[in-house]
Amino acid sequence: MTSSSLPAPTPPRSSRARSLALPVLAVATALALSACGARTAAGDTGTAGSTGAASCVDTSGDTVKIGFLNSLSGTMAISEQTVRDSLDLAAEEINAAGGVLGKQLEVVAEDGASEPTVFAEKAEKLIASDCVAAVFGGWTSSSRKAMLPVFEAKDALLFYPVQYEGLEASPNIFYTGATTNQQIIPGMDYLAEQGKKKVFLVGSDYVFPRTANKIINAYAEANGIEIVGEEYAPLGHTDFATIVNKLKASGADAVFNTLNGDSNVAFFKEFKNVGLTADAVPVVSVSIAEEEVGGIGVENVAGQLTAWNYYQTVDSPENTTFVAAFKAKYGEKRPTSDPMEAAYTSLHLWKGMVEKAGSFDVAAIQEAADGVTFDAPEGTVTVNGDNHHIAKTAYIGEIREDGLIYPVWESDGPIEPDPFLEGYDWAEGLS
Amino acid sequence: MDALFSQLFAGLSLGSVLLLAALGLALTFGQMGVINMAHGEFMMAGAYTAFVLQALIGDAGVSLLVALPLGFLVGGLLGLLLEVTLISRMYRRPLDTLLVTFGVALVLQQLARDVFGAPNVDVRAPAWLQGAVPVLGMNLPRTRLFILALAVTCVVVLALVLKLTPLGRRIRATVQNRDLAEASGVSTRATDRLTFFVGSGVAGVAGVALTLLGSIGPTLGTSYVVDAFLVVVVGGIGQLKGAVVAAFSLGLLQATFEYSTTASLAKVLLFVVIVAFLQVRPQGLVSVRTRSLA
Repeated sequence: MTSSSLPAPTPPRSSRARSLALPVLAVATALALSACGARTAAGDTGTAGSTGAASCVDTSGDTVKIGFLNSLSGTMAISEQTVRDSLDLAAEEINAAGGVLGKQLEVVAEDGASEPTVFAEKAEKLIASDCVAAVFGGWTSSSRKAMLPVFEAKDALLFYPVQYEGLEASPNIFYTGATTNQQIIPGMDYLAEQGKKKVFLVGSDYVFPRTANKIINAYAEANGIEIVGEEYAPLGHTDFATIVNKLKASGADAVFNTLNGDSNVAFFKEFKNVGLTADAVPVVSVSIAEEEVGGIGVENVAGQLTAWNYYQTVDSPENTTFVAAFKAKYGEKRPTSDPMEAAYTSLHLWKGMVEKAGSFDVAAIQEAADGVTFDAPEGTVTVNGDNHHIAKTAYIGEIREDGLIYPVWESDGPIEPDPFLEGYDWAEGLS
Repeated sequence: MDALFSQLFAGLSLGSVLLLAALGLALTFGQMGVINMAHGEFMMAGAYTAFVLQALIGDAGVSLLVALPLGFLVGGLLGLLLEVTLISRMYRRPLDTLLVTFGVALVLQQLARDVFGAPNVDVRAPAWLQGAVPVLGMNLPRTRLFILALAVTCVVVLALVLKLTPLGRRIRATVQNRDLAEASGVSTRATDRLTFFVGSGVAGVAGVALTLLGSIGPTLGTSYVVDAFLVVVVGGIGQLKGAVVAAFSLGLLQATFEYSTTASLAKVLLFVVIVAFLQVRPQGLVSVRTRSLA
């Protein structure tokens, strides 16, 4: 384009550029706001009169359909792809071993696109038009909360594989990740056992960290631990100089970290740079699993602690088989982590329930669910028929130089799930 | 007292990060009026340049020093490509440019995801940048001091280029009065291209520097681009010194707000202050006086 082809008269640059300032600011603000919180789905659940809809699951042939619903695009894809991979592995294994009730599994895969509303739409599609017998997936609590009314209205089953903030128990959802008393409370138990008296809380600013910290505050009060600071950073926050300054000034002897995603990288780099160490001030994290360690940089987190219910290094014959099978399918470099294991376990638990019930019928499965067990890679897990969570063993792990996490402490056997913390006196009035 | 000084440093350091992110934009948006939403992705390209170099070279110190000029080149060439293929076709349509470059940003993010994988990668800091320097009883992280120095260096170099070189004169002439510059024989096309190359190159350098502080992933740029635009808008369009003053003011304000309230609230307060400020001074802190007739 030559200058002669430009339309005349040309407005002067500076004033035109100035007039752009406001629209740009508006766009910038909108972007910043949309980055700050996933929209909560209004749950467009009910296309007319779907209550009590008769199931359209077809069990007459020698295959049965199941649905996998994970985000394969958008911000959550990084995490949810790993869950999808282990679900695929589980389906393959079950099919190779003869299927469920003699029927081969036929997987209908959908992309939740990191958007709660899309999760709700796709769940509806899987149930109503694909007629799947059960759906496996979801990661964020907002995606689960968006899908919940769909599954309840259609009376279908969802298996949700991620640790979450508790305070929920739907008859139509099976929660195979940890609830708070299987992850947060063991993490605090461990710090109390180590004689830590001053704990600093840092988390991302959304529902899970705020709920977790409410529980931790109540726990601390009952157990003589002082909470010397509680800081939240917006999701995607990249500068932790101020928060780490506050942490340092607080005199904390341990940190409980519920930060999510990229913020962990900036936090741990800053933590190390100001001269804090894992020996003096250990950080217990609940959102850092094996895959994240590489991205944060092993040198920045070596020696720090995590609270989960599974690590790749858990010593059990089931885990050896699981890890070997996963690496054979997806490559030697891929680590296995807690949500992946919980997803793998969820498919096997569903198989156990169906076989116990002798039917793919939702009501029959709900009836049969109580007490179904599976020798999972993390250890034996048992379904609780009342709240649809599972009894799991808690492990505190230490991140080591090889990038893997090694258990340094484990609970006395599997912990019964207690999503509403009814069994803890100090937790009264929390929910 | 201690807290005061550490917060002062936190603010200056945050300011230097903002400045690095915004400096390139001050050129492309400030001087040329192009709203380039892919600016953050040029930073991301710079960060991945540092990652690739570290994998190739191995030594963290050498690879960082090589990555700085190479990051400039990678960012600059990406910018040039974008300017020649797309932006040059829509110089009179700023809002279309916004949408198109936003699309380009998404494409670049997905490209990074496909090439390097979705998980974040790690760039090790060289030994001489690890730990902290004790100053007046405070521990100042070396990485932050390095970034502060780098930001100041970039500003000085850019200012000298704009003041002293023929290219700088042509850029200033084009900004002040495009028609008159053209009439005097300045090739505004070539000037635009070079400006865009330099501006995007600085984004690449910023990306390399950011590997020392935060995560390196496909979405690295999105976390900074909004702040970078804020700096340029507050600073006033068309002058580097506006961006410098704005970056450090916003950094200090953010650090102060964050210390006395919370990180989330600090962001809100900062937006409120900026909106209020632009009500009073819509042209920003510093504005170019021009003798053109409009």
